[in-house]
Amino acid sequence: MQRPKIDKGFFENLRPISIPFAENVLQTLKAGDLVSLSGSLYTGRDQTHRRLVALLDEGRKLPIDLQGQLLYYVGPSPAKEGQVIGAAGPTTSYRMDAYTPRLLELGLKGTLGKGSRSMPVREAMKKHGAVYFATVGGAGALLSKSIIKSELLAFEDAGPEALFRFEVLNFPAVVINDLEGNDYYEMVTAERLGVKYEKSI
Amino acid sequence: MKTLQSSEIAAAVRGLAMSASCDLEPDILDKLLAARDREKSPLAKNALEILVTNANIASREQIPVCQDTGIGVVFVTIGQEVIVSGSLEEAIQEGIRAGYAEGFLRKSVCDPVTRKNTGTNVPAVIHFEIVPGDTLRIGFLPKGCGSENMSGLVMLPPSAGLPGVEEYVVQKVKDAGSNPCPPVVVGVGLGGTFEKAALLAKKSLMRPLGDPNPDAKVAEIEQRILQRINQEGQGVMGWGGVNTALAVHMDTYPTHIASLPVAVNIQCHAHRHKEIEL
Ligand code: SF4
Repeated sequence: MQRPKIDKGFFENLRPISIPFAENVLQTLKAGDLVSLSGSLYTGRDQTHRRLVALLDEGRKLPIDLQGQLLYYVGPSPAKEGQVIGAAGPTTSYRMDAYTPRLLELGLKGTLGKGSRSMPVREAMKKHGAVYFATVGGAGALLSKSIIKSELLAFEDAGPEALFRFEVLNFPAVVINDLEGNDYYEMVTAERLGVKYEKSI
Repeated sequence: MKTLQSSEIAAAVRGLAMSASCDLEPDILDKLLAARDREKSPLAKNALEILVTNANIASREQIPVCQDTGIGVVFVTIGQEVIVSGSLEEAIQEGIRAGYAEGFLRKSVCDPVTRKNTGTNVPAVIHFEIVPGDTLRIGFLPKGCGSENMSGLVMLPPSAGLPGVEEYVVQKVKDAGSNPCPPVVVGVGLGGTFEKAALLAKKSLMRPLGDPNPDAKVAEIEQRILQRINQEGQGVMGWGGVNTALAVHMDTYPTHIASLPVAVNIQCHAHRHKEIEL
């Protein structure tokens, strides 16, 4: 079979974005924009969220400050000797929907995963000025190449659901929900049906 | 009569678990390449290119294709003339435990009540089938749950007929949207009972990808459903285009006169499946 080079094959015309997000960057992002993310982000999936919200419920401090941050929904496979991380693609985002509004209240400005978000999450994102990105699901081997450093921060006993900080370089993503309440999946559907796209929030 | 040592079975399963997660089979790779070549939506085409590149990196560097290396689903077909020294079930679980530990695969199995991770990726879900002969066949399907979670089962009234069946399957895939990492493979179990339909759907995923059901009537239904999914679906990753599904596999079994069970088991493009014979 054909063997394309690793360094090509990402989306074309990616717009570079630094994370954590700088002031006034998010409002320039529109649903459907292709971006390449560089900087640092936090990771978390089901158990991570459950535990973070449990800490909040108990009135305790979180192990991380979410202000201005991007949270990547991922449960990586273990790193072999010499690797930064194993495979590390996105997990399905809707499972985090029950917890996301609580984290947005703390200043979280972006989430990254795959699949669509619930209406309450979309409304909370609009209210708090946060953006949702998706990346290619099931491309964990390739996406791991964009992760240049990984540090375990909390919940080690949760195994793949531990909280990590990743440093990423040119991590490819698509803007799904922008600050105006547009949803890229719904835009794709409208286009396929040949109808005018109307925002649902 | 043939005697197999449980240690030999465990070693074979260990290898199966490790290679299944890193080396996609030619059938799925061919389908991804064909999908890429036929895709018109630029973003979807690029995503398919990424999936092909991803598979190459995974195989070359022995990194899992996807970080979700699944819960193990094992199909054991054992000939009546095979004798296993020791426990067959334990040998299989032991092979999976070793494969996931030594292959740096993700441990994704937890207690459903406490959600505590077992830390070993066992137990796997094992299905046994006894057949004539003296061979032992072990099929391994590490099942990611982004796709598994989008599955469903319905007990239709017989009056719903084939149109009802098709509608249910297509709607299931449409409702799943971008969640199960499309392009997907759709396993359908039609008939039998509640649990039989689910098992048929899962087992149909072990068929070489895109091979039609040997029954021409069923093969025709598979094709019709596939076409509809690719017309009406969200496309690769939900980003549009004509490749929501790579294949529809439907298996059937006689059912009760009052019943029409339909199970839909959704599988993602990281369609890891391997089989060995001992
Ligand atoms: S649905 Fe499949 S490809 Fe997507 S993350 Fe899960 S296992 Fe990987």
